[in-house]
Amino acid sequence: MIKITFVASDGERREVEIEEGETAREAALYNDVPGIDGDCGGVCACATCHVHVDPEWIDKVGRLMHDGMEADLLQFAEGTTEYSRLACQIPMKPMLDGLVLHLPEQQY
Amino acid sequence: MDSQIAEPDAAARIASIPIEEIDVARPSLFQNDTIGLFFDRLRAEEPVHYCRESYVGPYWSITKFDDIMALDTNHKVFSSEAKLGGIAIQDMHSVEGALELEMFIAMDPPKHDQQRKAVTPAVAPSNLQLLEPIIRKRAGEILDELPIGEDFDWVDKVAIELTTMTLATLFDFPWEERRKLTRWSDVATAAPETGIVESYEARREELIGCAMYFKTLWDERINEEPKNDLISMMAHSPATRDMPFLEFLGNLMLLIVGGNDTTRNSISGGVLALNQSPDEYAKLDADPSLISKMVPEIIRWQTPLTHMRRTALEDWEIGGKQIKKGDKVVMWYLSGNRDESAIERADQFIIDRKNPRHHLSFGYGIHRCMGNRLAELQLRIIWEEIHKRFSRVEVTGEPERLFSNLVRGITRLPVRLRAR
Repeated sequence: MIKITFVASDGERREVEIEEGETAREAALYNDVPGIDGDCGGVCACATCHVHVDPEWIDKVGRLMHDGMEADLLQFAEGTTEYSRLACQIPMKPMLDGLVLHLPEQQY
Repeated sequence: MDSQIAEPDAAARIASIPIEEIDVARPSLFQNDTIGLFFDRLRAEEPVHYCRESYVGPYWSITKFDDIMALDTNHKVFSSEAKLGGIAIQDMHSVEGALELEMFIAMDPPKHDQQRKAVTPAVAPSNLQLLEPIIRKRAGEILDELPIGEDFDWVDKVAIELTTMTLATLFDFPWEERRKLTRWSDVATAAPETGIVESYEARREELIGCAMYFKTLWDERINEEPKNDLISMMAHSPATRDMPFLEFLGNLMLLIVGGNDTTRNSISGGVLALNQSPDEYAKLDADPSLISKMVPEIIRWQTPLTHMRRTALEDWEIGGKQIKKGDKVVMWYLSGNRDESAIERADQFIIDRKNPRHHLSFGYGIHRCMGNRLAELQLRIIWEEIHKRFSRVEVTGEPERLFSNLVRGITRLPVRLRAR
């Protein structure tokens, strides 16, 4: 199992565990972490699982690729930064054990 | 369900039509609400279906949830460009004398992206939070005016009134004249057959009147400090402030139609759905905290826009069928939203689903409805306020539906209220 900590917009931290191969989106949804909607079902089609990767983790997670669907969708999201990613596009692997993701106030 | 009420023998008749002759573009099928039976057949027998002849010419129908999702997210192959026909089954710019509107929903990147980004902040969650108390107050006032225990038309007195007042709030539109917004929304999507306008010429005249009205508002706002209303945002944003006139009008109409017709019909559709599923109404009555889950279910159930259309920019295979470059492809959200392979018990209205937002009504990909959370907000507020006041909104007569293959509209819904 791999650990992820979700930090809500009000600062509340929730540590959850997820199996390797699942994504950070599933980690939130399976554990009822509020703040991730994931309307499309996890196929990079809606931008309602927007997260800010903690700066210390961004290199391990990888930055947003600028010419793909994820960037096409995130360009319309609110409050994006250089650390923005879609949680459905972050597959969990052992090197990400302990990952910290910050949640925006709301998804849309 | 309700289609059987409309025409008892419809199921047998529709089952006997040769599959290749099925044409789901006919607006009458939506008006008499037999369309679901046609989509049931297509999903079962030929989920990617080609209709050779129709009043809108040949077109492909995509009817399964996953195929629709795949197409909607493939904007590089499936274009929304107005000049290729745009986003509805009936080609844009195809009717002589019709006003040619330009709007970003019917554009491809990069222009789409620039314009969408300019207006998105108006419907972003942080802005919506500012609007919530105003919308709630105004919703309460509308509901407090309603008669108890006597029949009236829910569409006119509540659905239209509530969406219109929200839209007027979003545009900071002159309050006393807000019904103009409703009229323009109806006109923008109307063909003469609907009876809403007499001719395309008449439609053109009205839309020009609309444009002139907004031009005046625009001129006011551009000379003021930037504010959080849509007109001010468009007037001040570098991406939109130098728009050609028809583009300006087109984007305004997009926001009006997008924010009006759709929510209006979901408000009415929810009342109808609850009346058709009394067990669900009882659940709601027992536990109003279900409203936030019920709202996306209402939006799925109603599917206020039945489809979006694309034009193939290259040959593409989907569902074992070969789509050719230049073909018209219609993603039937109304059908995908009833697809059992993607949504459990899809033919039932269930207000406490586990993943109620997993539906197609807002589309997916870069053209996904940007007002989706605003729509949900409005519906949530009105149901919360209804619940406080009325134990029942009882449908007392047959609903009347719009003659349209695009807007799934309820034009009249007789109801009677019981006070709590």
